[in-house]
Amino acid sequence: MEHFAITTITILPGRAKDGRSESFKEIALRAGDMISIVGPTGSGKTAFINDIEVFASGDTVTGRTVLVNGEVPPDEMVRDPAKKPIALITQNTKCLADLTVLEFLEMHVKARRIADNSRMAETIRLANEFTGEKIAGTMRMTSLSGGQTRSLLIADAITVSSAPIILLDEVESGGIFKENVISSLKKNNKAVIFVTHDPVLALLSDRRIVMRNGAVEKILEPNGCETKILGQISGMDRVLSDMRERIRAGELLTDNGGPVP
Amino acid sequence: MKLLIFAGPPSAGKTAVVRQILRQLAGESFIAFLKIDVVRAFEDEELKKEFEIPTRKVYSGDVCPDHTGILVLRDAIAWAEDLGAGILIVESAGLCLRCTPYTTQSLGIVVLSAVGGTNSPLKMTPMIALADIAVVTKVDLISQAEKEVFRERVREVAPRVDIIETNAVHGTGLRYLLKAIRNMPEILCADDIVLKGMPPLAVCTICAGKKEIGWQHHFGILKTLDGADDLYRGE
Ligand SMILES: Nc1nc2c(ncn2[C@@H]2O[C@H](COP(=O)(O)OP(=O)(O)OP(=O)(O)O)[C@@H](O)[C@H]2O)c(=O)[nH]1
Ligand SMILES: Nc1ncnc2c1ncn2[C@@H]1O[C@H](COP(=O)(O)OP(=O)(O)OP(=O)(O)O)[C@@H](O)[C@H]1O
Ligand SMILES: [Mg+2]
Ligand SMILES: [Mg+2]
Ligand SMILES: [Zn+2]
Ligand SMILES: [Zn+2]
Repeated sequence: MEHFAITTITILPGRAKDGRSESFKEIALRAGDMISIVGPTGSGKTAFINDIEVFASGDTVTGRTVLVNGEVPPDEMVRDPAKKPIALITQNTKCLADLTVLEFLEMHVKARRIADNSRMAETIRLANEFTGEKIAGTMRMTSLSGGQTRSLLIADAITVSSAPIILLDEVESGGIFKENVISSLKKNNKAVIFVTHDPVLALLSDRRIVMRNGAVEKILEPNGCETKILGQISGMDRVLSDMRERIRAGELLTDNGGPVP
Repeated sequence: MKLLIFAGPPSAGKTAVVRQILRQLAGESFIAFLKIDVVRAFEDEELKKEFEIPTRKVYSGDVCPDHTGILVLRDAIAWAEDLGAGILIVESAGLCLRCTPYTTQSLGIVVLSAVGGTNSPLKMTPMIALADIAVVTKVDLISQAEKEVFRERVREVAPRVDIIETNAVHGTGLRYLLKAIRNMPEILCADDIVLKGMPPLAVCTICAGKKEIGWQHHFGILKTLDGADDLYRGE
């Protein structure tokens, strides 16, 4: 949004599934913020980020209100996907058209009337930082794996949409280097909210929203007190993903780590 | 009473959008619902049970479902008015991409699925161009790029139509549709309601159930493979 700088997104409370009011006063989101959302299945995590995506104004199931710079956002910002400052990527988000990666990016760059021709290559380069399964411009979108697709869509949100706010609904999966995604989003000064069941991702955020029964139950701010644990579970996570790769590669996992002779 | 006419291809999400309207407006208006379909429809029973509203359905059988809708619409308005309804919602079958069911004194809403592909709006020009509002469903399933291109395609076909993107299952984004319904005028005089578009000239003996292939076997407005223009052959 060149002509409308977004400094803050504010979420005002609504009500739980049982009709009780939420207890937080407001949640403010600024550039560079990382918020994770956790909670049991059906607790309202997706509903929470949907509220942000549509700039709820008391008119969604949750009754929450979302403000931009402290005010109700202009209609145009809410309605036109090309002017919306938000990119939402879910596990279901796909490119349906039978296009190559390059054609897909070209289509988006054209729709945005971006003149800069290097943008497509830049997106593919970035997407390849997010996934170990190499993406090439000549591949067909419909043949990409889930991890490749989400890597590309996140890269597209950063480089083509240039959305300042990125919402991710359980996009973690095998084949995504989640730390790279997070650090790239940070480097680009995005405001990010992600729903996750992944312990490493949950601990990588500055704030953690805990959902229950449709409502925000708690907002945790670890302020560094989880750093040590984060170090440990990141280590465990690396061991696990390493094993996952080896299993995929068809190895037998023996004690000494080497293949069975 | 207000009249809402829904059109859109099969499975586009017409009923899903109607459900959201019922969810949001049932408290403030008494709503009646009519479904028009070719051979089978379940909406009337489902919506009656779910929302306890008066519903009906009509099967068009061998006739174009949009034609059927137009033929029964005056009766349907009288039915809903007699019940004291504040809104009558008509859901078309959406099979005929050539006819349009939109009328004067009503809000015409076309429901399009974003999953249909970015070129699908170009194939449904009459259905979109004469609508007041285009609701694009299933945007939760497609990429940002396709969302943007889909909107441009709808614009190409209908530069002034109001476009509303939604995940109709969750009802996201529909506040603009609800606003339009709240602000629309009531029917002024039901006997003055007319079709917005020109009905197509497609009246031939295939419409009437003759099964032979080849124009040589038919009467009415006909087409030949090589002839660019329509050909009329009287009985
Ligand atoms: N994911 C998703 N599914 C949707 C959306 N809108 C509708 N659906 C699903 O699409 C299917 C068809 O929706 P309907 O509302 O029955 O479509 P319709 O246009 O009324 O269909 P007919 O009346 O049979 O022509 C249902 O399974 C809906 O749940 C949407 O926005 N997102
Ligand atoms: N505050 C609320 N009031 C009423 N209904 C709600 C509320 N929050 C969520 N819901 C409804 O509850 C259902 C489950 O919510 P949601 O899909 O957001 O859960 P989730 O935490 O994302 O679950 P999962 O982990 O399975 O993805 C949805 O139908 C949603 O509309
Ligand atoms: Mg969810
Ligand atoms: Mg239906
Ligand atoms: Zn017809
Ligand atoms: Zn015919």
